[in-house]
Amino acid sequence: MLRESLPVAVLVILVIASSFLNRNFPTVQNIFNLLRQNSGTIVVSLGMLLVILTGGIDLSVGSVAAFSSVLFATLLDNRQNDAMALAPAFCLTLLCSLGFGAVVGYLVAYRRMAPFVVTLASMTAARGGAYMISHAKTIPLANELVNTFNKGAMYRVPFSVILAFLVFVLFALTLHYTVYGRFVQAIGSNETAVRLSGIRTSLYVMSVYMVSAAMCTLAGIIESRTGVGDARVCQGLELDAIAACVIGGASLTGGRGTVINTLMGVLILGLIGNIMVLMRVPPYPQQVIKGVIIIVAVLLQGRGGSK
Amino acid sequence: MADEYRVQMRGIRKSFSGVKALKGVDFLLRSGEIHALVGENGAGKSTLMKILSGAHSMDEGEIIINGTRVIAATPRRSKDLGVGIVYQEFELADDLTIAENIFIDRLGVHGIVRWRRLYAQAEKVMHSLGFDIDVRNRVGDISVAYKQVVEIAKALSANANILILDEPTAVLTPNETEKLFASMRSLREAGVGIVYISHRMDEVFAICDAVTVMRDGEITGGGALADFDVDGMVELMIGRKLSTMYPPRHATVGDEILRLDNLSGEVFSGIDLSLRRGEILGIFGLVGSGRTEIVRAVFGGDGFRSGTVYVDGRETHIRSPSQGRGHGIALIPENRKEQGLILDMPIRQNMTMTNMRAVAVVPGIISRNREDRLAGELARRLSVKTADTRNPVNSLSGGNQQKVVIAKWLNTDSKIVIMDEPTRGVDVGAKAEIYAIMNELAARGVGILMISSELNEIIGMCDRVAVIDKGRKRGELGRNELTEKGIMKLVVGGHN
Repeated sequence: MLRESLPVAVLVILVIASSFLNRNFPTVQNIFNLLRQNSGTIVVSLGMLLVILTGGIDLSVGSVAAFSSVLFATLLDNRQNDAMALAPAFCLTLLCSLGFGAVVGYLVAYRRMAPFVVTLASMTAARGGAYMISHAKTIPLANELVNTFNKGAMYRVPFSVILAFLVFVLFALTLHYTVYGRFVQAIGSNETAVRLSGIRTSLYVMSVYMVSAAMCTLAGIIESRTGVGDARVCQGLELDAIAACVIGGASLTGGRGTVINTLMGVLILGLIGNIMVLMRVPPYPQQVIKGVIIIVAVLLQGRGGSK
Repeated sequence: MADEYRVQMRGIRKSFSGVKALKGVDFLLRSGEIHALVGENGAGKSTLMKILSGAHSMDEGEIIINGTRVIAATPRRSKDLGVGIVYQEFELADDLTIAENIFIDRLGVHGIVRWRRLYAQAEKVMHSLGFDIDVRNRVGDISVAYKQVVEIAKALSANANILILDEPTAVLTPNETEKLFASMRSLREAGVGIVYISHRMDEVFAICDAVTVMRDGEITGGGALADFDVDGMVELMIGRKLSTMYPPRHATVGDEILRLDNLSGEVFSGIDLSLRRGEILGIFGLVGSGRTEIVRAVFGGDGFRSGTVYVDGRETHIRSPSQGRGHGIALIPENRKEQGLILDMPIRQNMTMTNMRAVAVVPGIISRNREDRLAGELARRLSVKTADTRNPVNSLSGGNQQKVVIAKWLNTDSKIVIMDEPTRGVDVGAKAEIYAIMNELAARGVGILMISSELNEIIGMCDRVAVIDKGRKRGELGRNELTEKGIMKLVVGGHN
């Protein structure tokens, strides 16, 4: 029980400490900035959590997000002010990601290849694909609706934060109340037993990579908030997402991890970054401190991110 | 004479987070003695032995090993004093050779391995146990039986003169068991004291000299084995009289429900079998005879090469467990911890896994209420001993865990239930309960295929038995021909 709620406690302590450290921290403006900056990571980390629950890992999330970002911008490029073009462009980008995830998932689930290896390869390939589409240039993304989504807010809550919150709720419900969530978790604990219960485990394993890829599309669009599709976005996103899951207590051998604690993991990481910027810590020491904090967070949970 | 004792344990007490596992236990082991330690699962046998081997610390009590008083036993200290223990779960490195595993903690002086000498020594140890096998083999490639022997060799080669064997024959064939007994006898001659933990009464009476019976963390009896009979010992173990181990069955055998026609696979060939409604068909065979592979092929767990499986007279093309389940087939696998259960998950989630439709209000959405009700019902029906089905499944004893695996499939209304060693590592009380469940299923018209390497069980439970050896069917025996001799004749005949 104590261990379960540890990430929440850590976040609360960090919030209180940060409020004392810097007067600019506890402002509505800053909090929403923090959430907005991390909404892409939240969405991707939740997809990553599903993969990790099955005992897998997805290193390709950053690249697939970047691929989505440039593909979406390219598809919209010629009709910048046409709201009708939005739906097809989005659907096509999403389909592309799902296809990508399906191939990765197929190789892992049906061809029994190691997830680390498959997604290491797909990470390289997707990033290369993103550069090919964009010719290594940024692609302007001037569509009205997209810009409204990226810049706008409802009652001061940015749309991207609302989207991340909806995804969070969806994942929480899925893991808690659906057969799908149950089996994903069970597969990570003991795939053989689940398979011998007459359940098509390979299908479930394949699907989590597709879900993860779909989340990358959302993140890719969220990350285009500067108004351009860019092949360079989301560098190292996979590491942030994995770190968030692990800080949230997920076991890399599968079967253990919760949606709420993964969210806490993202926020803990994001908050540390945020407060260091406010306190004008230079970027390189920031990375060192971040690394140390990941280790400390996992140490506090009493097991090295594994069983 | 105090020093004729290899081990003297007195007044041993141990609690795990408030629960008293041992309530003042005395245990004496003489040199040159094979001492049976019996009791139901959870009686405290393993805890007592783990204290002796230093894996657990005791709260109170006195231990004298080979004349040396031990204050705080650690695995290292116990080992140095001559205690060797072989657990049920093997502790071997699959990717190393047999020789490397035997000498794992002393591969060579100053960290330099002299391979020829290592192999020669390993060969010697294995040979002294009566087993000839190339010690250069990878442990991952040898059978479970040989793994067991490697574990014993590992303990003995460390100059153990106190050997603790925890259910060593659970995975051995009768032939191998006999070999193991022979080496145990020669160890006894050499003055080694052996503690033999087993659920199999026939083996206890065949090999042991003395016995200690435990129940609920206490000693309920003990002494020279000659003073005991099976019924008396079982009574001490379970604290009541066990009326009949194999309850009578009132099932009428009906139409054919499953037929295997010339089924061949990787390790078996030309298997014909027929199972009827309400029938319990035994499959007797040794570990590695192909018996498990045959039933797994029927269920869809592994593939097969040629032949046909008919369910209810119709040809099937079962290629996966989900298709097997779709045809009304259930499989209670051989190894419940690795293949049957998700140990991290609660009892109820394990039980409902095979039939999520029963707990879904809308397809795909789980109703916790329905799940609670269904799991509670199943737990009552199988008398699973737990306060709450929300408890983790690994909080249960072996017998109760096995009942959970059975519950998984009771929940599906399967027509054909395949049970692969359903009572392995299950205590006497739970065994009788599992037999009663099998009879109840048969009475409802379910056809049961039971694999077992326990002759008693086969003879006590089955209507018919097929004997499998080296991947081939050696014959079938009807109810009236079911004798130990008849079965062994078919097995032995198969070798000629």
